[in-house]
Amino acid sequence: MQTEYINAFDIVVGVLWRFWPVWIALILVMGVSLAYKKRLGLYGQLFDSGVGIAGVFICLFWLFTAIFASTISPFDPLAQVSIMKDALPGAVEPASKLIYYFGGDKLARDVFSRMVYGSQIVLIIAPAATGFALMVGITLGLPAGYYGGKIDTLLSFLANLVLAFPVILLFYLLVTPGIMDTPIPYAMAGLFFLFPIIFFCVLFWTRYKNRPDRLYLLLGITLVVGGWIYAGLVFDRDPLHIIHIDPNQLNIFVAVVFASSPGVFRIVRGLTMDIKTRDYVAAAQTRGESPWYIMLWEILPNARGPLIVDACLRIGYTTILLGTLGYFGLGLAPESPDWGTAIKDASRLLRSFIHPALPPTIALMSFVLGLNLLADSLREQSMKD
Amino acid sequence: MLSFILRRLGTMALTMLCLTLIVFFLINLGPNLKKLAISQTEMHTSAEQLESWLVNHGYRQNFFVRYGQWLGVLPKQPITDPATGKPAQRFSFCNDPTEPKFSGVLQGNFGCSTKFKTTVAAKLFPALGATGLLMFWVLAVMVPISLLIGILAGMREGSRTDRTLSVASIASTATPEYVSGVIFTVIFASWLGWLNGSAASASQGLTFYNFTLPVMTLAIYGIGYIARMTRASMVEVMTQQYIRTARLKGLSFGTVVVKHALRNALIAPFTVIMLQFPWLLTGVVIVEVMFRYQGFGYTLVEAAGNNDIDLLLGCSLVSVFIVLITQLISDVGYAFLNPRIRVQ
Repeated sequence: MQTEYINAFDIVVGVLWRFWPVWIALILVMGVSLAYKKRLGLYGQLFDSGVGIAGVFICLFWLFTAIFASTISPFDPLAQVSIMKDALPGAVEPASKLIYYFGGDKLARDVFSRMVYGSQIVLIIAPAATGFALMVGITLGLPAGYYGGKIDTLLSFLANLVLAFPVILLFYLLVTPGIMDTPIPYAMAGLFFLFPIIFFCVLFWTRYKNRPDRLYLLLGITLVVGGWIYAGLVFDRDPLHIIHIDPNQLNIFVAVVFASSPGVFRIVRGLTMDIKTRDYVAAAQTRGESPWYIMLWEILPNARGPLIVDACLRIGYTTILLGTLGYFGLGLAPESPDWGTAIKDASRLLRSFIHPALPPTIALMSFVLGLNLLADSLREQSMKD
Repeated sequence: MLSFILRRLGTMALTMLCLTLIVFFLINLGPNLKKLAISQTEMHTSAEQLESWLVNHGYRQNFFVRYGQWLGVLPKQPITDPATGKPAQRFSFCNDPTEPKFSGVLQGNFGCSTKFKTTVAAKLFPALGATGLLMFWVLAVMVPISLLIGILAGMREGSRTDRTLSVASIASTATPEYVSGVIFTVIFASWLGWLNGSAASASQGLTFYNFTLPVMTLAIYGIGYIARMTRASMVEVMTQQYIRTARLKGLSFGTVVVKHALRNALIAPFTVIMLQFPWLLTGVVIVEVMFRYQGFGYTLVEAAGNNDIDLLLGCSLVSVFIVLITQLISDVGYAFLNPRIRVQ
């Protein structure tokens, strides 16, 4: 049977139409942000420059794509419709009359749906891993910069040790199927995931230690929520069965956190060393505040500008790392729709078919570009102050 | 200055020792050794035979003893041939000693590649040569272009040229090698047919046809970053008093940029270019795999994929050495170029 095709114009219109929930959400969010931008602080200032608007637009676009992925994509990203193998863009699937907008790949899956679902994997892992890396980097970088001396020497040596590893080698050693039989990923996860809990406990303790009523409430919430997530992620023993992570996803998650926390550490350490010479820190020291209070409530808030910019860039960098992992077939399942794996599969067949390669490459590039534009605009805005 | 370099070299040696120990530990994990044994013995071997292969080839000795042997501080023991009971070579294809002998990295013996059935040195150094060639061309393309972009953008901050070039460099930093490689291959190899999508033939002889795509792909990711650093440095220099003095003296804008600003603005990019090497290393792996160029990155992937212990250790040693030595050069060079910074 002859496969029917729709023309290029219909493909463009069709694709734009499939994204309808994203457009609605974007119009709502951008409209509200523009209307109230004066009251939105740093976020509102982003809308003063074209670069900032473009950055926010691209990031939100992918965020909403990830949220509404099941509505946008016409097909299941793993479903194989054998007649559509290597179908060209715009081919009509005979059974459901739905269209393979960007064609089919070598396993007859819809490239468009896979690209849309791929955004989910990236948008969950990249910001979460960056968040954990920030927690680890901040919790270790503050004391290293503040106290200096032996603790700084030791922590800096360890950070430089990790940074001296070429990323790709680190991944080849840490993300292999064999390593999941050993306790190493779980031990590392257990260590890294402790940091947020420690961070928040110390944060609340230093602030409210003279106000037991609020302290015990906040500490209780931290320990219960933290312990719950911890049990779910590290031991896969979530009593409510909500939080669950596959062993191989845990493995790449841990590897990515491990690779990017030394970078955060270095930045936090440098910022702390700079800020601790300021007058307000001296004032707090004279008041007799504890060192951790000064680090967390005096130094950290004043270091937030560069840290936010760095976090944006780092999410982009983590996305690139995830793509690298996918490209080398490390960690992620072979049929996973993430962009890196899709690029790997497609790039081997570039000689015969090019259409499966372009959507994931452009998706990955545009998302990282959006984050970089956002970071650039944030940096410019915070420099104006 | 000399004691600073010596101290840095000491830290470097310590770092390399720690890192190789970590790599050694990770490669020798139980599952990895099993994978190696399976790939080295024939099909359908039982679990006991796998175990006896590992024991016989010395993989079940104490971890630190084996690390010491690899490093060359403990003597390497020959294996016992099960058939004759006499000492024999561990791997016949790379002249292992038949009597106990110090033969490790410190003695210049990098060991034995189980995947390529040759010595690590015979495989690794030609591959490094090939990658060195690639790196040379990448730097030859990347450094002038990125410096030019950075200087043009930073010359007049906020101008139209500046904005355009800044967005272009942000876009280039957002394009990792596996993305730009695919896009360039589609455009230049599939559509236009100007260039070859594979660099496999480059081992026989470099041509513009087979080598441009890898070089372009590797360069594009670094260009944006270096250009942005150069721009920032240039912008800072252009606001200095001596630039204003030079302008007020009546010198032309071009003369001021070339004669006064450039020399001072190029100190920071030097550091950035040196620190770019670790990134380039990852890029090299991706590009060499993508374009099938038989260099260091390709060897690293093959070694890691087949759990080739000695070869992978050799690769890690080389890459860690490159990272650390470029850091050292960048620090020393920075102090050398900038007279305001003198190491105490």
